[in-house]
Amino acid sequence: MRAKHAVTALSAGLLALVTGAHALARDVGDQYGPEANGWFLQDAATPVMEDLIFVHNLVQVIITGIVIVVFGLMIYICLRFRESKNPVPSKTSHNTLLEVVWTILPVVLLVIIAVPSMSLLYKQDRLPETELTVKAVGGTWNWTYSYPDFENVEEFVSNPLDETQAKAVGQPYLLATDAPLVVPVNTKVKVLVTSVNNMHSWAMPAFGVKMDAVPGIINETWFEVTKEGTFYGQCSEICGIRHYYMPIEVKVVSQSEFAAYIASGGEPEDKFAGLDLNETSGAVMTAANR
Amino acid sequence: MVALPGADIPVTHSHDDEKPGFFARWFYSTNHKDIGTLYLIFGIISGVIGGYLSFMMRMELMSPGIDVFDSAHTYLVFVTMHGLIMIFFMVMPALIGGFGNWFIPIMIGAPDMAFPRMNNLSFWLLPTALICLLVSFFVPGAAEGNGFGGAWVMYPPLSTTGSPGPAFDFIIIGLLAAGFSSIFGAINFITTILNMRAPGMTMHKMPLFAWAVLVTAFLLLLALPVLAASLFMLLTDRIEGGTAFFDPARGGDPQMFQHLFWFFGHPEVYIMILPAFGIVSHIISTFSRKPIFGYLGMAYAMVAIGVVGFVVWAHHMYTIGMDVNVKAYFVLATLVIAVPTGVKVFSWLATMWGGSIRFTVPMMWALAFIFLFVIGGVTGVMLANAGVDTYFHDTYYVVAHFHYVLSMGAVFGIFAGWYYWYGKMFGHDYNKFLAKVHFWLFFIGVNVIFFPQHFLGLNGMPRRYVDYPAEFALWNEVSSWGAFITLASVVVFFAVVIEAFLMRNKRQVGNNYWGEGATTLEWTISSPPPFHQFSVLPRIDGGSDHDHTEVDEAYARRLGDENATDI
Repeated sequence: MRAKHAVTALSAGLLALVTGAHALARDVGDQYGPEANGWFLQDAATPVMEDLIFVHNLVQVIITGIVIVVFGLMIYICLRFRESKNPVPSKTSHNTLLEVVWTILPVVLLVIIAVPSMSLLYKQDRLPETELTVKAVGGTWNWTYSYPDFENVEEFVSNPLDETQAKAVGQPYLLATDAPLVVPVNTKVKVLVTSVNNMHSWAMPAFGVKMDAVPGIINETWFEVTKEGTFYGQCSEICGIRHYYMPIEVKVVSQSEFAAYIASGGEPEDKFAGLDLNETSGAVMTAANR
Repeated sequence: MVALPGADIPVTHSHDDEKPGFFARWFYSTNHKDIGTLYLIFGIISGVIGGYLSFMMRMELMSPGIDVFDSAHTYLVFVTMHGLIMIFFMVMPALIGGFGNWFIPIMIGAPDMAFPRMNNLSFWLLPTALICLLVSFFVPGAAEGNGFGGAWVMYPPLSTTGSPGPAFDFIIIGLLAAGFSSIFGAINFITTILNMRAPGMTMHKMPLFAWAVLVTAFLLLLALPVLAASLFMLLTDRIEGGTAFFDPARGGDPQMFQHLFWFFGHPEVYIMILPAFGIVSHIISTFSRKPIFGYLGMAYAMVAIGVVGFVVWAHHMYTIGMDVNVKAYFVLATLVIAVPTGVKVFSWLATMWGGSIRFTVPMMWALAFIFLFVIGGVTGVMLANAGVDTYFHDTYYVVAHFHYVLSMGAVFGIFAGWYYWYGKMFGHDYNKFLAKVHFWLFFIGVNVIFFPQHFLGLNGMPRRYVDYPAEFALWNEVSSWGAFITLASVVVFFAVVIEAFLMRNKRQVGNNYWGEGATTLEWTISSPPPFHQFSVLPRIDGGSDHDHTEVDEAYARRLGDENATDI
């Protein structure tokens, strides 16, 4: 056990040497996921997500306006026409002009929403000329990643870290995995998503990506990340008992780092290198029995 | 005024009120009012069960970690059963079976429903169905434990190969029984409303609640058979070596189930909200002492919502990998629904405009309904946009959205109807102060539960998670505190009911205890109505087409005389 870890630690060290990143002491780098006690959308990491936030904000302004208008009208009506103020009710029950106006006005608002909404939808859904393809296969309960473009890279399974492990490596529990999907920055990446049993959904909020993993069907989506760092998402289609325990971790690296990663055979980084392994291997056992 | 042939036949009141013995009355019941009462009691019982399930879920989610449930599977079972029980056994029985049965015949001037025996069957299928669902809690579901944990949407393969135990078979049988109950009920309502309206009650004079239930019944009749078919397909798919409708390994398609399910599932959401629209319209009109503004627009807005509701189903499945043009269609079709919904909201406000508004208990529920339904409706506009929904799909934003339209829309409609018609149904009044306490606690409670869930969804928290990253802790805790407030309000609700029952002899009410403004036919007969009403059909007068029905004066006088002798 120890020997194997030593070997992987050595190779990780070599990799770090090759890529020029710093050595053994583990550096998690920038992490992007849900904000602690946050109440708004996660920050955009792709142009699609930037557009998504724009459409969201536009719609949010319109619907907030509608709620304020309706609430304001209700308060005004309740004060002005309460029984003590207005003892004799009118008998008006028609006003054609008014009825036409409140039918047309929503239509205008909907057109204002629909135009940018359609442009976002087509940008998000229509794949551009992509430069790299990755494949994500949902299983019970983990993700298996592969790079169909590179024959020398073997597929690998990305399992969640349990609470102790996550703490040890300085990553958030229920978001961190033992082997992230590694992709280069500023590259248009095509994602193929499917499943081997139940349905799952490969979701990465900061990318504006969510694609169901359906057995028997290969779905495709894409993203182009504009900043380096570690990004977190979670399975987003109910898939059984550990639905909550199959997070998605994507590590976005520079294009040269990615080239080195692929050249070295795409061996996942050993996150436990240099850590007290006795403690963490005990945690691995607990995770397996959970 | 032309007297009706029946008007000369003397009405002996003793005959009208001849009630069968207890067992025959409540178990063989063919009387629409008794069946309505049974539905309401059944809805309350189911509501308590469904509410318990959701309370336990909120307790689990109060802090990160799994500490209330002993297994994640049981949590998912609770999620599943909360949805199914609240939809099929609480909202639908209360709104359609309860208030529909009670007031549709009376409002249209009919003595009873068209098929009283089928009405009895409709009701008694439901307890049978609920028992099937409750049994499923205690029989093996998946390898991980008892019960079915595949959520109310029941997507295969999780509901076929993923849940091999008999628990899900019990749910299928139960839902089929509930589905047939609804189909029979729908046939009954459609027949009654189309054929048994009193003389002079044209379609365009029919009260809006009758319109609402008519549209709802058509939705049920068209949507429920699709659910029944897809449940049967699941059932035969689950048999070892059986069919393979949804099994990709043998040429089936799991996405097909989602299309079938949501072809039922989307009309189902309008099935739950349309009757509440009807109830709220009457309450707003009554307590503004004004006829409904834009009656025809209101009626046909519901028809439009019903029709368009059938062609928007795939907005529940934007992320399954549909062609982008298909998604574009569903975005636009879904947005269109905002137009008739807007017509309804603005017409309610216009009904109140210029009125003489009284803030009675049912009016408070109705006003809160409008406000909260608007909040739930506008987040629906957000979710309709497939591009944005890619972020929100299966997050708590969706949970917040549909609880604002159901837990606050439909349920506020139910309580509004309950407090509006309580005196009419049971002949006595409730304690107004207690009822207002119930309202305020419930109003605050559900808002504290569900408003923070928008934040969780915006921050990206997925649904149906028994445990979550610590980043989501704050708003989950706030949401769970809301569950305690709501629990308190439910206790007060039962206090209202018990107090009113104990004081029933001291607080009897007359025919029309809401006074001028309550213009539909139920306010012309006694409270509670005679066991059989309208042995002489009322004749509806009035020249113009609107919902302000006026009963023939002579008839109203006679009714007054009858009631005078009755007391």
